[in-house]
Amino acid sequence: MYVIETDKLTKRFGGFTAVDRISFRVESGEIFGFLGANGAGKTTAMRMLCGLSAPTSGKATVAGYDVYRKSEQIKKHIGYMSQKFSLYADLKVWENIRLFGGIYGLSPKQLARKTDELLHALHLDGERDTPVNALPLGWKQKLAFSVAIIHEPAIVFLDEPTGGVDPVTRRQFWELIYDASARGITVFVTTHYMDEAEYCHRVSIMVDGRIEALDKPPALKETYHAANMNEVFQSLARKATRGGV
Amino acid sequence: MNVTANDNNTMITVRNLSKTYSRKGVGEPALQNVSLAVKAGELFGLIGPDGAGKTTLFRILATLLLPGEGEATVCGLDVVTRWREIRARTGYMPGRFSLYQDLSVEENLAFFATVFSASIKENYELIRDIYVHLEPFKNRRAGKLSGGMKQKLALCCALIHRPDVLLLDEPTTGVDPVSRVEFWDMLGRLKQQGIAILVSTPYMDEASRCDRIALMRSGRCLATGTPARICQSYKRPLYSVRSSRMYPLLGHLRSWAGAHSCYAFGHSHHLALKDSATDIASLETYLKEKGYTDALIQPVEPGVEDCFMELGND
Amino acid sequence: MKQFLSFITKEFHHIFRDVRTMIILLIIPVILIILFGYAISTEIKSSPIAILDYSRDNVTRRLAEQLQASEYFKLYRTAGSYEEVETLFRQDKIRLAVIFPAQLAGAGEPSIQILADAANPNEATSLIQYATAIISTSDIAVSSLGAEVRQPGIVPAVNLLYNPQMKGAYNFVPGVMGLILMLVCALMTSVGIVKEKETGAMEVLLVSPLKPVYIILAKATPYLLLSMANIAAILLLSRFLLNVPVAGNLILLVSISILYALVALCLGLFISTIANTQQAAMLLSGMVLMLPVILLSGMVFPVENMPWILRVFSNIVPAKWYIIAVKNVMIKGLGMAFIWKEAGIMLFMILFLIAVSAKRFKTRL
Repeated sequence: MYVIETDKLTKRFGGFTAVDRISFRVESGEIFGFLGANGAGKTTAMRMLCGLSAPTSGKATVAGYDVYRKSEQIKKHIGYMSQKFSLYADLKVWENIRLFGGIYGLSPKQLARKTDELLHALHLDGERDTPVNALPLGWKQKLAFSVAIIHEPAIVFLDEPTGGVDPVTRRQFWELIYDASARGITVFVTTHYMDEAEYCHRVSIMVDGRIEALDKPPALKETYHAANMNEVFQSLARKATRGGV
Repeated sequence: MNVTANDNNTMITVRNLSKTYSRKGVGEPALQNVSLAVKAGELFGLIGPDGAGKTTLFRILATLLLPGEGEATVCGLDVVTRWREIRARTGYMPGRFSLYQDLSVEENLAFFATVFSASIKENYELIRDIYVHLEPFKNRRAGKLSGGMKQKLALCCALIHRPDVLLLDEPTTGVDPVSRVEFWDMLGRLKQQGIAILVSTPYMDEASRCDRIALMRSGRCLATGTPARICQSYKRPLYSVRSSRMYPLLGHLRSWAGAHSCYAFGHSHHLALKDSATDIASLETYLKEKGYTDALIQPVEPGVEDCFMELGND
Repeated sequence: MKQFLSFITKEFHHIFRDVRTMIILLIIPVILIILFGYAISTEIKSSPIAILDYSRDNVTRRLAEQLQASEYFKLYRTAGSYEEVETLFRQDKIRLAVIFPAQLAGAGEPSIQILADAANPNEATSLIQYATAIISTSDIAVSSLGAEVRQPGIVPAVNLLYNPQMKGAYNFVPGVMGLILMLVCALMTSVGIVKEKETGAMEVLLVSPLKPVYIILAKATPYLLLSMANIAAILLLSRFLLNVPVAGNLILLVSISILYALVALCLGLFISTIANTQQAAMLLSGMVLMLPVILLSGMVFPVENMPWILRVFSNIVPAKWYIIAVKNVMIKGLGMAFIWKEAGIMLFMILFLIAVSAKRFKTRL
């Protein structure tokens, strides 16, 4: 079963084609790495898949819902977390959990249970009443991820979730991703850390609005005769022509 | 006392520097007893995650913040008393994108040139190498550039008055790997002009591009030295382990009796042993018992990231 | 100097490239003038009144006719008794009642009684002013009533002297000028400076050899120039659209406007030393500057009718002094001798704000 299916999905802004006929499928429970240079069109593609922006042409379904007509349904079945905004910094930890759980329609009883589980799993039991901005960045990002999947969505979209996070916490973050994936949640993730690309089940690399490569990391390394994903990325992204967009 | 630093070409000195933001109240010190020195023509990296105190250190050196305790000099001048002279001789690129989004590439550059009493013409040689990347977009508004291009423009603007010292706070954060490589290539060429460059980054893999580095975490320096020296200081035997089932492998490696720590490292896991007496052969048996028939165990040289995690563990 | 000029050029680039800024600078002044000139008029037209005439002689009859003839009043009923007048007030049928006592023509006591419904005090004040003005300037009254009615306490005829048609626009043009200058100089300057802080550009500028005072001056200059353009536009609009001419010396008017603009710039500068985000600057400017200009400067509500605490507070609102000065120069055509007090107060405000801001502005972060 495919959780995301796109067919020649395209987005144009005036004469500029930000996303150019991308077609791919993501399986349920898969960790799908979505890579690309700045300006390659990742953010635009992700916004379309989240139901935030209507495509210009092409087809796409997310969690079985059409991105043109069922964007409200899509929003109910996905989770989203980005580096820029994840949680309300001035609210306490439990208040954030209650807020986002409430937004996704969890009952007070579910919410209470989830809150305990979540804090326990993150070893944050003692931080229930701490304002989020008092937490170190890494903890905050781990908490934000757990909150983003509090409603057990079909897919969670992560936009550079580990930027600036210290190496240890970054790895703990990926362990959370693996756990979510093992529970059947599909993880759609962008990152600038190339070692993290290796942790993905499959990786797509966007160049100038098109998907230039899409495969398992070992297969990509073989195709491009590269020792690691960084080399794969470098050899592909250097082909980009649209540069300073 | 501060003049001695200048004699042997040291452009930046930081001695036992501490800084606490008094307004924070409950907060821990942003900097704690940090010391380092950067010579002319040296590329010095501050490596550490957010909250390590890198920005605070930059602001003190750029004379925008007063040090708490300890002292710091730039170009041999004290940051507290001689700030005016320091400002004229320093190129500073703050962490956030600091250019005017609604001005074009060329207008930004011309503006900063005038502000620093320089002209693009007289210093074009210095920035030419970088500016050629931007030239095709010179009439484009800076806000419409990609992250990598913005940083190149910001670097040009910081260089336009031919500073002796370049302070770059996280210039590659959020920039894609290709642009990052290009950016570091540029820094490598700049240091050959004799400019002392202090640059910070959260990306551990960029440490190898620096002559010397300081690993920073929570306001403290964990280690200072050349990347090679720091890697040599890693004492534990380190192995790379991989199999077709990577995620469960991580848990099993951690629960192995001889394991000190184990972290995912791209396509393999890095396993640090408790001590050199640990028998690595028994690991193979252990993994076979757990059902890993294709496990590949190889000794591996520690990298900066291994060191950082090991140091941070203490 | 070259640095300074290039900084100002840069500021103009910012201003001309931002649609929102351009709207604030170009469209809002025009809208305000039109709004206040036409739509939000506090002029009173055809207010229902009652007349109770115990005298019933020639004089009172003609006075009553003159009241009815004015466009401000419409006779609702000629009341028969004082009780009836009270009833009419209670039923909300009338806004004003004029009571002529018996033997007005020959009497020696000031005795025309004017009652107004003070549920809306501003309206009541205006109505009383209008009514007394009509009665006191009437030649019948003058010839037959003698001096009593024209006692200063009863007849504040100021409006009539300088604004014979009693048009609201005379009141509002100075007010709008006060508002626009505050908007452009204080709000835009503070937001502009704070924006530099927010984007991190201030860090680079502080580190540059450029002196902070030049940064501030360069930020302020374009807005000062633009606000002068706005003043010109407002004066033209008011002259040709609202028919409010400048009675006094134009140079004096422009000078006092520049003085006020400087007060506003200093306020903007002061706000920028407090606020760290554009939002905060916007909020502070809006709450601390714009609201008092609208509410406490005498632009909409007469300061004299306010509780004493607000009257005292209104003294620190620069717009109050500016509006008084503009009214004196523009409407009454008075000279420097009549506005030196206002000018002095604004000058003092400038010095005070510069001193405070200079103390707060940091050469470090």
